[in-house]
Amino acid sequence: MASRDTMDQNMGGEVMLSHTSQLDKLINLARTNSLHYLLFGLACCGIELMQTGGPRADLDRFGAVFRASPRQSDFMIVAGTLTYKMAERCKLLYDQMSEPKYVISMGSCANCGGLFQLAYSVCKGVDKMIPVDVYVPGCPPRPEALTEGFLRLQDLVMRERWKDKRRRRPDAA
Amino acid sequence: MQKLILRRVNAGGDEMLLNFGPQHPSTHGVINFLVDTDGEVMRKAVPDVGYLHRSIEKIGELVGYPGFMPYTDRIDYVAAMFANEGYAVAVERLLKLEVPPRAQYLRAVSCELCRIASHLVSVGTMATDIGATTPLVHALRERERINDLIEELCGARLTYNYHRIGGVAFDLPGGWKEKVLAYLDHLDGGETPSRSMLAEFDRLITYNEIYLKRLGAVAVIPREMAVGYGLVGPNLRGSGVDWDVRRDVPYGAYRDFKFDVPVGRGIAGKVGDAFDRYWVRVQEMRESARIVRQALEKIPEGEFMAKVPRRIKPEAGEALSRVESARGEMAYYVVSDGTDKAYRVRARTGSYLAMGIIEDLSPGMMIADLVALIASLDVVAPEIDR
Amino acid sequence: MTPTEIHERLKARFGEAVGPLSEPKIDPFAVVKGEAIVEVARFLRDQPGLELDFCEDLTAVDWPKRNVVEVVYHLFSYRHRHGIVLKVEADRAAPRVPSVEGVWKAANWMEREVYDLFGVEFPGHPDLRRVLLPDDWEGHPLRKDYQEAGGWHGIGNVRESPLVELRRLDEVAMAEAAKNRPPPPPPPAPAAPAPAAPAAPKA
Repeated sequence: MASRDTMDQNMGGEVMLSHTSQLDKLINLARTNSLHYLLFGLACCGIELMQTGGPRADLDRFGAVFRASPRQSDFMIVAGTLTYKMAERCKLLYDQMSEPKYVISMGSCANCGGLFQLAYSVCKGVDKMIPVDVYVPGCPPRPEALTEGFLRLQDLVMRERWKDKRRRRPDAA
Repeated sequence: MQKLILRRVNAGGDEMLLNFGPQHPSTHGVINFLVDTDGEVMRKAVPDVGYLHRSIEKIGELVGYPGFMPYTDRIDYVAAMFANEGYAVAVERLLKLEVPPRAQYLRAVSCELCRIASHLVSVGTMATDIGATTPLVHALRERERINDLIEELCGARLTYNYHRIGGVAFDLPGGWKEKVLAYLDHLDGGETPSRSMLAEFDRLITYNEIYLKRLGAVAVIPREMAVGYGLVGPNLRGSGVDWDVRRDVPYGAYRDFKFDVPVGRGIAGKVGDAFDRYWVRVQEMRESARIVRQALEKIPEGEFMAKVPRRIKPEAGEALSRVESARGEMAYYVVSDGTDKAYRVRARTGSYLAMGIIEDLSPGMMIADLVALIASLDVVAPEIDR
Repeated sequence: MTPTEIHERLKARFGEAVGPLSEPKIDPFAVVKGEAIVEVARFLRDQPGLELDFCEDLTAVDWPKRNVVEVVYHLFSYRHRHGIVLKVEADRAAPRVPSVEGVWKAANWMEREVYDLFGVEFPGHPDLRRVLLPDDWEGHPLRKDYQEAGGWHGIGNVRESPLVELRRLDEVAMAEAAKNRPPPPPPPAPAAPAPAAPAAPKA
């Protein structure tokens, strides 16, 4: 356990937090249930992404609503093939998102290039450009698969400790 | 593109240069538009495409003939059946192969279902793009049911890989016919058209006064312009050209069906406006339902796959196939040099040329109408870039 | 009209500039001299009875063996429901074919695509620049002798086998485990390899 002094430093204020684990839980509950995703349908998976947000799979019930702007989103679903021409734009969009941010790579093309290993213009995996938290396999993944991927991301967020997250910020160092 | 940007910036003045896309919900995929505006009025919108160029044509030269079939799905993922069929027809022409009648009927059934699914996405997203968010949810709800039907037929929801060279992959599953007929009754009402899903859709948006006023006489493409720029399919018919490959140069089983070809009539303003293109799509869904009914009724017994050699090796030559896809005429040009790999595969797609018209149509239009224009042309990014 | 009849009319008007119609294997085609293509195109579009108003497809095929790039025109008439396939052969080293953009507007984007992917120049084209690939792309990928540059702007075009990375992670994990574990088992030395054993088959 870190001492109270260092904790204060990390939190950046005079706030004294004694029950951090419970507070973490509260914050994380709020965060996991209002994760907004950036609408980033690149290719075929984009249609399944639409269907996932649609009436049957209904991603909204988990509090995940799509946002058109990267500045309002918590995570990004890279749905589809990333080409070289798009790769730099993808990095740009990721950089515009505010911390904490997560990435779901949806579909084989985003995971590793998928079917397009022979292609001259396809970036073989989105993790060459941006860090990925959850990979969803499939070509394209069914809405159920994407929902599962989203639940995994929620687990990930739930396990996070607010304090650690703050410490990882590059500008805090 | 870089040069273009520099030139515009150096020109100075009070005009604005906006980047619209490539990540934008209204561009239907990753397309970038460089919009040169003077206030709300555009001087010009220059499309910059290629953000989804996946070298599919090159891959066609590297993999064998049957191995290319899954890639055709990815040329047009919203209506993948047609992309399958076009390639299959082209290779069958090279091989001089006769497709069994049952397979041709199955192709027609699957394609028309796929057309309904594709048009549902098209009209739904079009409504969203111009500000009505509810219809998209209705359209997606209906599309899920078609996805279920097609999944039962071929095992995939989106990238079907159902048509094969020489026929189709699977026969009708048991009880499928009844399910499809039940769905079609729900879609167009059967005996009582006023209680159908499409009638609901019409009440909700098609004849909604706001919708009519928003799209009437907006982004008008005159007939000569549509032909000259090579527009195809609903975009061409929206401009008043009475042309449908299925009826006029029939292929497969389409000779046996009776259906009407809806042509834009300028209900909301002028012939060839955004509303006409939309309206043609809604009517085509009805016609597709008619075709599926006829096909299911008349479907002959027999084989669903022709005798195809294990190694497909057409003799040297070239063939062009034309099919009427949901986005208009789709043509595959396949050149063979006598080996088991194609020498050249080319997919001529409707969306690519539809993009070509935007630059010349945009001067003088409002920025908000650009969205209506893109949505009404129903472009899909992979079909542009391949 | 059949392609043969259209070809006969072309032949009567242009003579030597239009080559013979190929033997009808599947789709017959006629080879036209490059410098005559614009005239031929205008004739085909405007002549009553022909009126090939729809430039259905314009693409190219690369033939290194014959040292030519063929530009292929698929033309069609909505009114008369007939069509013909024309080809223009250009030298592979510096292919140049006059643009037919002034005849069919549809040719504008298709010629740009051919320029992008095959490197064929179209003199007379108003806006000939790359359309699908980035502006600073090198080479024309649909040429038969195209060599991949190995990525673009520092992004590699090969995906490493995931096993390599997994193995590395395994080793890191095993090293961590080995570092953390030693304190509890004090003297008996033979017991030390035991914790590493279950992880070994993965590597």
